[in-house]
Amino acid sequence: MGTILKDYSYTPAKVKRGYSGKSLYINVSDLSIEQKEITDFMKEKFTGGKGFDLWYLWHAVTPETRWDSPENEIVMSVGPIGGITQYAGTGKTLVCSISPLTDMPIDSNVGGYFGPLLKFSGWDAFELQGKSEKEILIFIDGNNGRIQIEEAEDLPEDAHLLAEELTKKYAENEDDMVNISVVCTGSVAKHAYMGMLNFSFYDPRRKVCRFKQAARGGLGTILHDKKVKALVVKYRGVKPNLNDAADISTINKVGVKYHKEMHDLDHKQNKMRQIGTANTIMIMSQYDLLPTRNFQMGGDPETVKISPQVFIEEWLTQGLHDGCWYGCTMSCAKCADHFLLTTGPYAGQRVTVDGPEYECAAGLGANLGVFDPQAILEENFYCDTYGIDLISFATCTAFIMECYQRGQITREQMGGLDLRFGNSQAVLELMHLMSRGEGFGKIAGLGIRKLKKVFVEEFGADPQLLQDIGMEVKGLEYSEYAHKESLAQQGGFAMAIKGPQHDEAWLIFMDMVNKQLPTFEDKANALYYFPMFRTWFGLVGLCKLPWNDIVPADNYKTDSPAKVPEHVQNYVDLFNAVTGRNIDKEELIIQSERVYQFQRVFNVRMGKGERKDDYAPYRSLGPVTREEYLSRQELYDKQLRDFQQLDPETMDLDEKIAATRRYREDQYEQLMDAVYRRRGWTENGIPTPERLKEIGMDLPELLEVIEPKL
Amino acid sequence: MIKVNTEDFPWHPGMTVRALLDEKLFTFRHIIVRVNGEFVPEEDYEKQLIQDGDDVLVLHLMAGG
Repeated sequence: MGTILKDYSYTPAKVKRGYSGKSLYINVSDLSIEQKEITDFMKEKFTGGKGFDLWYLWHAVTPETRWDSPENEIVMSVGPIGGITQYAGTGKTLVCSISPLTDMPIDSNVGGYFGPLLKFSGWDAFELQGKSEKEILIFIDGNNGRIQIEEAEDLPEDAHLLAEELTKKYAENEDDMVNISVVCTGSVAKHAYMGMLNFSFYDPRRKVCRFKQAARGGLGTILHDKKVKALVVKYRGVKPNLNDAADISTINKVGVKYHKEMHDLDHKQNKMRQIGTANTIMIMSQYDLLPTRNFQMGGDPETVKISPQVFIEEWLTQGLHDGCWYGCTMSCAKCADHFLLTTGPYAGQRVTVDGPEYECAAGLGANLGVFDPQAILEENFYCDTYGIDLISFATCTAFIMECYQRGQITREQMGGLDLRFGNSQAVLELMHLMSRGEGFGKIAGLGIRKLKKVFVEEFGADPQLLQDIGMEVKGLEYSEYAHKESLAQQGGFAMAIKGPQHDEAWLIFMDMVNKQLPTFEDKANALYYFPMFRTWFGLVGLCKLPWNDIVPADNYKTDSPAKVPEHVQNYVDLFNAVTGRNIDKEELIIQSERVYQFQRVFNVRMGKGERKDDYAPYRSLGPVTREEYLSRQELYDKQLRDFQQLDPETMDLDEKIAATRRYREDQYEQLMDAVYRRRGWTENGIPTPERLKEIGMDLPELLEVIEPKL
Repeated sequence: MIKVNTEDFPWHPGMTVRALLDEKLFTFRHIIVRVNGEFVPEEDYEKQLIQDGDDVLVLHLMAGG
């Protein structure tokens, strides 16, 4: 296979206190390879992970750079804690680039082995720039200090085949296959803006390559545009202290304490070890939070058909270790083994399906009106192997379905696809069309923001309705939580830096159910703390799930149980024990804020990152249609009386909908004001020089960007 | 009338913590219950009576998603 185009030798840097001190730069236009130093400045200001990614990306691009510009980079880094094996969720890689969906930086976190093996091969971060003329693959041999760039013609397009072939190619024998990790996309990436990156890890019990995804924002589309078929890393010899931790004894102690919690409490709490994140499907439906039929409703009686119990008893293999990095006792990466496919190019084959995670079951299930576990698993498989971001696909398809059912587009305009809610066969056919770049599949792959334009300009759809029901902000599709009744979460989505993804803040229970955030200031404070805290996981190489998807038995005794103080202390201890530094909880937040504010300024530099970019579609804030109002009429009528002193008995339905909209949009404006104040931003959403100075980020290049906006 | 998470909720004689959780459709398992500030362990939900005028806090511990 493949002619070697470049053969590069290097001396792998040994990791010291969590950092190798080197980053790898490859330009695939001219096949140049360079080593860069990780400076003390970078560690101080950006910590690692997403921080390093954004810093390199900033220097690679200009305000004119678009996703397919040669200078755009895909940058990835695992962070200083990444790769330890004594605690759960320590193999997360952060990937950044300029997104085809948002035209600004996207960040996406992903498990799998690639990031840790890359670090142990001597690289804290990896920049991929340029565009190759031919399809190539890049192989990094971390044991022998060798990087090869090869021609990659005639390799399979789809991830499950490609990863298996490359894993076998580079492994010396079956035992060696666990030492290989592949990053690739799938056949959709050449036709759609929502192509994602698969990160593989070999499962020796099942004898298959498994995947986790850097899914959001079109990263796979960018990889394909660079004509890079795959990145492969090989490192043999993972062991507990490859990070050369300053205090291994503390890491062991904290790890043992945590693993005991998992063992003793998980079955009483979230059952992550049985079902993974999909444990919340029924709960979300019962609390009116499960996005159903394009976020119109928050649940459906049919959800019982896709309940956790159904997946546990009928589909998911139980009792196997399912961590996506060594040492993860949360073990939430569940699988349906020997699953028989019934459609598409692999119909009739039995495969292992990684999932479903919550987003999959909610998005490809309820939000499309599909309450069929078998169909969800088949959609799940094809999203993964085709390299589709299933969140963008699900939310985008839900939007298309509603447009169709409301007569905004016709079956003929969709090439004959009968994309009504609940028609899983049509959903699968749309995926197959997308993977081949045919018909309506190619149009659907544009994403909601561009689809709205097509539907209005070419199909004559109503622009206001499409604006109201198209669930995207900044060009990125919403992730899968209904949230009309939580003002804080409306902000948590629409004011998230990269677009409406819940990995910054999930405040629905605190706000809507617990009523812990009664004032704008309370909500703004939560919309400061949680994003700053959760950003930190992406700086250091950690998964967010072990933070609060299991909690200590005595967590209830603490002053702020939602923050799980003991686990926060674990994180402080782990960081200090790995790096030898001495941060506290307050410094942890500052580390995050430095990168958070940097990313906001980066958005400003790319022509985004202002108030105008933080508005939500009205479907996020309240009832767009009569059906939605009527579904919660009692609540909405009460709110007219209590909040606006209006008498709903004297109003017709349209008047009630209009009054509710005026009120809710005003509430959202007030929330924006409060959040901007708390985050140290101007009324227009620009970080102030004073705030940047307070956190040590008044760097000249940042001030140059914001000063014209003040 | 009682308060549940700061909002009024109808009370009836014999109301236990379990009955309240059922009436509120609070099905999430990962919760903390406090009645007038006092923590109620899960094993007492069936027998712990709520009195008229009590202030009940039902904290759902999910800030994840």
